[in-house]
Amino acid sequence: MTTAATPLAPDVYPVEDVPIVIHRAVTRADKAFRFALASSSLVVLLILAGVVAFLTIGGWHALVVGGGHFFTDATWSPDNGRFGAMPLLVGSVAIAVVAVLIAGPISLATALMINEYAPVRVRSVLTGAVDMLATVPSIVYGFWGLALVSNLQASPARWMVDHFGFVPFIRTPTAGEFVQSIFACGLISAATIIPIITSVSREVMAQAPRDACEAALGLGGTRWGMITDVILPFSRNGVVGAFLLGFGRGLGETMIVVLVLSKGNHLTAALFGPNGLGSIAKQITEDFPTATALDQSALILLGLVLFATTLLVNLVARAIVNRSDGGRR
Amino acid sequence: MSSVSMFRRPPVGSILPSGPGGGADGRTADRPRRQRQLSGSMVLELAGSAAAALALVWIVFTVEGITAPFGMAVSWFVVFFAVYGVLCRRLHGIRIAKDRMATVGVWTGALIGMTALAAVILYVIGQGFAAVFSDFPHFLFADMSQLGAGAKITDVGVGAAIVGTVEQMIIATVITVPLGILTATYLVDSDSLFSRTVSAVVDAMTGAPAIIAGLFVYLLWVKPHHTAGKTGFAAALALSVMMLPIVTRAAQEVVAIVPGSLREAALALGAPEWRVLVRVVLPTARAGLMTAVILGIARIAGETAPVLFNAGGFAKYNWNPFSGQQDNLPLRIYENINQPGAVITQSAWGASLVLVFVVLVLFLFARVLGKASPGSRIFTPFRIRRSSPEVYG
Repeated sequence: MTTAATPLAPDVYPVEDVPIVIHRAVTRADKAFRFALASSSLVVLLILAGVVAFLTIGGWHALVVGGGHFFTDATWSPDNGRFGAMPLLVGSVAIAVVAVLIAGPISLATALMINEYAPVRVRSVLTGAVDMLATVPSIVYGFWGLALVSNLQASPARWMVDHFGFVPFIRTPTAGEFVQSIFACGLISAATIIPIITSVSREVMAQAPRDACEAALGLGGTRWGMITDVILPFSRNGVVGAFLLGFGRGLGETMIVVLVLSKGNHLTAALFGPNGLGSIAKQITEDFPTATALDQSALILLGLVLFATTLLVNLVARAIVNRSDGGRR
Repeated sequence: MSSVSMFRRPPVGSILPSGPGGGADGRTADRPRRQRQLSGSMVLELAGSAAAALALVWIVFTVEGITAPFGMAVSWFVVFFAVYGVLCRRLHGIRIAKDRMATVGVWTGALIGMTALAAVILYVIGQGFAAVFSDFPHFLFADMSQLGAGAKITDVGVGAAIVGTVEQMIIATVITVPLGILTATYLVDSDSLFSRTVSAVVDAMTGAPAIIAGLFVYLLWVKPHHTAGKTGFAAALALSVMMLPIVTRAAQEVVAIVPGSLREAALALGAPEWRVLVRVVLPTARAGLMTAVILGIARIAGETAPVLFNAGGFAKYNWNPFSGQQDNLPLRIYENINQPGAVITQSAWGASLVLVFVVLVLFLFARVLGKASPGSRIFTPFRIRRSSPEVYG
């Protein structure tokens, strides 16, 4: 009896140390409980299926009428038989790209500053502040952008167009106006994306092995050397994923675009003025309540395209971020 | 023992200056070397480069006759960066120069980001202050029915919108929290193809466009009900679609860190699985779950796009979320921005300030809750709190 209490040393008892499998009797209550858990998880899938189903059914009419023109026509005007989704899709993507290009470097700098440069005592405060700003509603960012930023960026934008107009993107679709542009929307959306990219990439960078960082410093490396040779290679996947998450957020950005962008429906590469590219979210928000049946159906189809695109971007982004925490390549 | 502690790895982050008490046991021998100290020569180099760059830019701009404050600031920074780089290169070599320039770059980028984000909040406070505080509590209780030509800011308020937001958030919370917590528990417990699929979908739905949630609920609920469809409840449904993935994801992280030994102990004592969840997992994760829920509410309370087609936006008080159109704070902001008139715009700023205040207070509340020890009872302050060692046994 006494020997049973003492743990058996592995060399005394040469059996592999695997846990014993216990076949538990699962009661009826437990079965019901497991069923409840699984069925509540099913709700998320049902919502996804519901969104796809309802948008597909709603957009079917436009798909039948518009058909292949959806991706070939360069103008959006369903009531006149023009079903070109490209100006809106390209516009949504362009806003997200501009936003990520602006927010990316700033967010990386902020994340590095909080992790590596700021005094230790203020780090948690700064982290909290960034997370807090992620909860500020996008309608507030949009209102701020409409009242302040879109006017502030007008004269630098004019200067850019005057001096760098030979670049295809830095042009205006219609001369003279610089306020309600894709660029302005991207700039304001960048403010909503900065907290997201910063917070995700900061977390990934904080997981970089401290031993390796200290080894780099101990070998006489500079702080920047440590960042480029240890932290950035380690967190590369996470940072890419964070950028993609920001891109996804920019794609679905609604209120900022609704408030700032002018209504546009033409395919163009010029990003600095009104009446050019549109945006899916803006088109749905503004036209849907008053649209004719065919127009509504076309807008629902647009919604499906936006939803699918964003979902794909987010899935890829999450997969990359989740894979990054190992880092042992 | 002492030899072991000498080679003990310093705590994470100790390579950077950590102030007094950073070294183990307060011994000076084991204290990490303070890395960067802003020495006098460094300050001198920075200031000198800045002055040289400013002088250069000033001369060029004056000679050319350009008046562009923004352009001048940008040129000043670019020239400063170049001058400082060359200076450090000559004085310290390329390696140190790269490090110094990177330091300047990182701080500049971070300052730009922080300034932009702080500017949002300060601007909203500046614009909305007069609307909210000119006749203080009145703005929080009045509705927008007086809004018209000749109305003053003291005639209107966001009371109806606050009622709508509160009721819709309550409905959305009641719908999503049980579902979210059950789903999170399931995802933590099982590792099947089904659970991995659900997990991926939850992740992807967290960033789904808000307007799609609004469109979905419009097609699902509002359109079949025709004119009676636009209610606070429909808006709450749309908000739930947005909120469910957020709450699930956050709850998943909280439930996952409940110690396995606790659950196994309960199971070993013969407790059925549902009792383990109700009596062990949920109480232990209580603070974290509260944080998850409140963060979800804070994120969703400001969403405009999902409620656009569903709430209706009614200027007067409507206490019944299940019948008739209802207002909502973000929706009220949007509607008032779209109408011309200085007073209407001012009221939109006032509503923005109220919304930002509500969201930030919720966030800070969630933060405070998140710091509470596992298992502590937040809402019974007069009971003695169990400390965490006791919980973990």
